[in-house]
Amino acid sequence: MSSDKTTLDKGIPAEEVPPPAVVAVDPRLLVREEGFKGYITEFKRRLRGGELGSLPVIVALIVIWVIFQSQSSKFLTSGNVLHITYFLSGTGMLAIGLVFVLLLGEIDLSVASVSGLASALFAVFTATHGMNVWLALVLTVAIGAGIGVFQGFFFAKIGVPAFVVTLAGFLGWNGLMLWVLGDTGSLQIADTGPIHLLGQNSYFMNQDIAGAYVLATVGVAALLAGSLVEQGRRRKAGVPFRTTGEILLRTVLLAIVAYGMAIVLNNAGGVPNALVFFLIALIICDFVLRRTTFGRKVFALGGSVEASRRAGINVGVVRMAVFGISGGFAAIGGLFLAGQTQAATLQGGGGNLLMLAIAAAVIGGTSLFGGRGNVWSALLGMLVIQSIQTGLDLLNMNQSIQYMITGAVLLAAVIVDSLSRRTQKSSGRA
Amino acid sequence: MVHVSATPVLALRGVSKRFGAVQALTDVELEVHTGEVVALVGDNGAGKSTLVKTIAGVHPIDEGVIEWEGSAVSINRPQDAQQLGIATVYQDLALCDNLDVVGNLYLGRELLRLGSLDEVTMEQRARELLNTLSIRIPSVRIPIASLSGGQRQVVAIARALIGDPKVVILDEPTAALGVEQTAQVLDLVERLRERGLGVILISHNMADVTAVADTVHVLRLGRNNGSFPVKETTNEQIIAAITGATDNAVTRRQSRNAEAAK
Repeated sequence: MSSDKTTLDKGIPAEEVPPPAVVAVDPRLLVREEGFKGYITEFKRRLRGGELGSLPVIVALIVIWVIFQSQSSKFLTSGNVLHITYFLSGTGMLAIGLVFVLLLGEIDLSVASVSGLASALFAVFTATHGMNVWLALVLTVAIGAGIGVFQGFFFAKIGVPAFVVTLAGFLGWNGLMLWVLGDTGSLQIADTGPIHLLGQNSYFMNQDIAGAYVLATVGVAALLAGSLVEQGRRRKAGVPFRTTGEILLRTVLLAIVAYGMAIVLNNAGGVPNALVFFLIALIICDFVLRRTTFGRKVFALGGSVEASRRAGINVGVVRMAVFGISGGFAAIGGLFLAGQTQAATLQGGGGNLLMLAIAAAVIGGTSLFGGRGNVWSALLGMLVIQSIQTGLDLLNMNQSIQYMITGAVLLAAVIVDSLSRRTQKSSGRA
Repeated sequence: MVHVSATPVLALRGVSKRFGAVQALTDVELEVHTGEVVALVGDNGAGKSTLVKTIAGVHPIDEGVIEWEGSAVSINRPQDAQQLGIATVYQDLALCDNLDVVGNLYLGRELLRLGSLDEVTMEQRARELLNTLSIRIPSVRIPIASLSGGQRQVVAIARALIGDPKVVILDEPTAALGVEQTAQVLDLVERLRERGLGVILISHNMADVTAVADTVHVLRLGRNNGSFPVKETTNEQIIAAITGATDNAVTRRQSRNAEAAK
């Protein structure tokens, strides 16, 4: 304080206070050591602090694969891997929408019913009314998003808990689907246009062996180029940046996974288009959540509603938009599921679809408490769930066993989420 | 020690505010000059918070005039106050625990580049701002949850400066802080004054007030009850004005002793 007074008395304006050219390093600062060793210590510190990220789900995935492979040698064949990656995309689309809602700290119980309704509407538009399939696609997704905004309105503007609104939707939209399908029961959907693209016989670049490698190359090159551009900008601006070694490590890891998958899928026929669309949706949503003001608002609302409101964020609009996104992705997911069977049935959106979609988002690492998570948890969680389902199918296990095991995995995921949150709190990171 | 400008940057003239049957503020006068720290003190229920909320646009005034740089303005919404250049740091800091320091500083005012968040420029400017304010935090990329109470307070104050305000209102900035952290926040208040900002400081703590304030305005039951230049005023005089005790134990003893001496 006394030193401040002396500078004041001399009348030196604030601008002439020594510039931060020689920044004195606070001894309490957690500075990452240079090189690979620093990377390891940073990783250990995060683990102790409860910032588990995607680690538990990756460990779980490896354990699941090892167990099933030891039980059935067919599990890790390329055909079965293709089966898993094809069938995870439909429910995965529902899970993407749920990630947005979970980031707010809310829940949307209506997604499965909306997906069932969407497939029924699409079938009625195209089969009964003969509408253009692409127009029907746009219309169906718009209706799904509209349903989401409608539910979001009651939550955001009227103040009804989202749990209750979407529980009403869960019943209501399922009822509407049954009414739309009427007495006919189920409707066949012609194997054309978008439905063909989402079907089991539609592969990227028509099963050309280059297709998978094109996708892998584009992904790896995009990560490498993006990281290098970012590094250059950060270096120029004088803020901390990733070292070239770290960027190369990340790129090599992605390359191993991407080219590995490309080889395996090529063995079985190719990359299903449904998976390609799912990956594109993931990349777009990841960009929206991490790189746009809208995404920042979603995370802010998950952290503190009051702080967001004071920062001038229109809380109601963001909430309605998020529920709209959830409804839209539910409708898209419904079309994916319809593409798998080429039909809209009375069972659409029923069964355990809702539970699987929520479980996928949570198992993948998105917190139920809001504010923490990313869209990639939809992919990781669905990999876990679809692996379990496919593995149990291979072992000819009963449906009852499947339900119990999936339930146990969901419980384990929520326990990990709660424990990591508690650890983060006690180490001051939540 | 401070260059006090002739025209106050912010002035309240005869401001009154009613809530139903309660007359919260009556004919309140207040002037804030650039480079001046004005402390606003008073007992609980004296109208400090109401006065601050009228300036911040939370409660529009019923009567009187608010002058900004000499001309009358109307402040009806928080956005009006923000556009004029009035930033408010409330007692509950309103930070998002899950966002990092940069995210919180720029929340609602994110910088964009080609339509997406310009994290690099935001991080660069955040570091510059924190450096010029001599704010020491472990990293601008750790979540707010990792910071101590004092660090959160300085981040909240720094956040108010992002929009380049001319007047900053601090509501009880040291209320929940330890000794060292209070010192940090008071240092920061002095640096705001050096940057030529007008600061309105609400505090219960006389030591804080006399340490950094240039002028003390006392509110009592919604009215002005004296305005004192800090240098020429004792704590007792201020406290007497706060409690309304023109005769208190001290003055009574003094007069009794004086009588006894006779």
